[in-house]
Amino acid sequence: MSETAVVARRLSVGYGSHAVLSGVEAFLKPGGSTALVGSNGSGKSTLLKTLAGLLPVVEGGLEILGRPVGESSQRVAYLSQFHQSGFVLPLRAIDVVRMGRFDQRSRFTRRSRADDVIVSESMELLKVSDLADRPLRDLSGGQQQRVYLAQVLARRSDLLLLDEPTAGLDAPGRAAYIDALNFERSRGAAVVTATHDVGEASMCDRVMLLAGRVIADGPPNVVMTPENLLETFGIGLTKVGDQLVVTEHHHDHDHDH
Amino acid sequence: MGNFVDPFLHNGFMQRALLAGILVSLTCAIVGTYVVLRGMAFIGDALAHGVLPGVAVAMILGMPAMLGAAVGAAVMVGGVGFITARSKLSNDTAIGLLFIGLLALGVVLVSSSNKLTGDLESILFGQFLGVANSDLLAQALALLVVLVVTVFSARPFLLLCFDGDLTRAMGYKAQWYHRLMLLLIAGTVVVSFQTVGSLLVFGMLLAPAGVGALLAKRIGTMMLWASVVGIVSTYLGLLASYHFSWAAGASVVLTAVAIFFVVLTGVSLKKSVQGARA
Repeated sequence: MSETAVVARRLSVGYGSHAVLSGVEAFLKPGGSTALVGSNGSGKSTLLKTLAGLLPVVEGGLEILGRPVGESSQRVAYLSQFHQSGFVLPLRAIDVVRMGRFDQRSRFTRRSRADDVIVSESMELLKVSDLADRPLRDLSGGQQQRVYLAQVLARRSDLLLLDEPTAGLDAPGRAAYIDALNFERSRGAAVVTATHDVGEASMCDRVMLLAGRVIADGPPNVVMTPENLLETFGIGLTKVGDQLVVTEHHHDHDHDH
Repeated sequence: MGNFVDPFLHNGFMQRALLAGILVSLTCAIVGTYVVLRGMAFIGDALAHGVLPGVAVAMILGMPAMLGAAVGAAVMVGGVGFITARSKLSNDTAIGLLFIGLLALGVVLVSSSNKLTGDLESILFGQFLGVANSDLLAQALALLVVLVVTVFSARPFLLLCFDGDLTRAMGYKAQWYHRLMLLLIAGTVVVSFQTVGSLLVFGMLLAPAGVGALLAKRIGTMMLWASVVGIVSTYLGLLASYHFSWAAGASVVLTAVAIFFVVLTGVSLKKSVQGARA
């Protein structure tokens, strides 16, 4: 488990031969965390999908957990931004979390006691144990998101790739998510999250600001300057506590009310 | 009581029809569950109708109808892949085009051959009351194959219903399992059309599994509910067909669809009562 979680060199990601994001350099250690920050279409979800092996690399080099991308799927957990049919599927919350263990044992081996313990611990961490027997389709969006996060945790993976993990979460949900993330990192898992949320990004060791290219890459306090944020989001923003505050539009008129 | 049991006790053809119906119900319950959960109803429908020209050609050439149906289904599945790979048209346009094209071809073939005109009805609506022992064997075999494949692929199939990206991220060959699922649907249609007919087999894929989706909290229970609804529909439909001389296949499917709407109404009423109390 000592190998580097992510190594990217001059990486371009995109669809087919069309790159939507180029020039990515990354080196993520076990237990480390990187936030990908950018607006819609900045390439952060595309980068995450490429790391998960869902999209082929357009150009450059990419190694995940010491092997070519796509060869370590059993040790990687991916949380996608959208779920196809959460509303039709007859599944209980616990069934969804158990899915996270599917590829951790052979096709004909039944769930073990150890699997059950991991599943219940994961649900405990996200505070969804009391929802275990409820049908997924009867849960609210935020509750569903917590169940999906519990599924990610249940994989006990060495690399977590999370697309908008806090979408739809209320304050207790966010607190549970932060606890869960600390737990994962303390046991040596590396984390990459794609987010709009600057508060969430500043809890990571590294922040990568993206807008079709890498605007800035480094520790949050160094990287998240008003200038960089202006370039990333196209509007003037400044960090006040955990919040981003709009200071000016890019055509320079005051935004005071 | 006699009216409910006697038709099956004293008539070999009714016994064979009941047995065939139960086998069709079980096969369709399993496969139909995935059709409903993955929103594959349209391709199921298209497959069910696309087999018509295959069957017609097989009959003109004096070959087994099932072989023709299999070729028809293969052309349908291959054609959808061909169109979507070579154009930007969506899947449902490709399916719709092939579906109606193959159906039209089937009707043209049937109408141009005076050998076949009488057989059109039996292709479309099946021969529930004329099931041969060889049909029963084929149906039992199909059920066995569906069961084995489903048990073997239970995890990737469930993941596919949940999220295609997650399936691939976990290292499963999602496209491969998707094709396997299509093959199961095609196989079910090809084998079952002799009994329920190519128009109605689709009803047995959809209606019982639809009831299952309304009632079940888990996929296994959904399949169980679908099986129960399919078998009850077979029994009631055959009974109605015997006593009132209704077309057997249509009576069975009509019963299944009626059960769906009764259950849907019940579930909605229950929800609105609970909503009023809350």
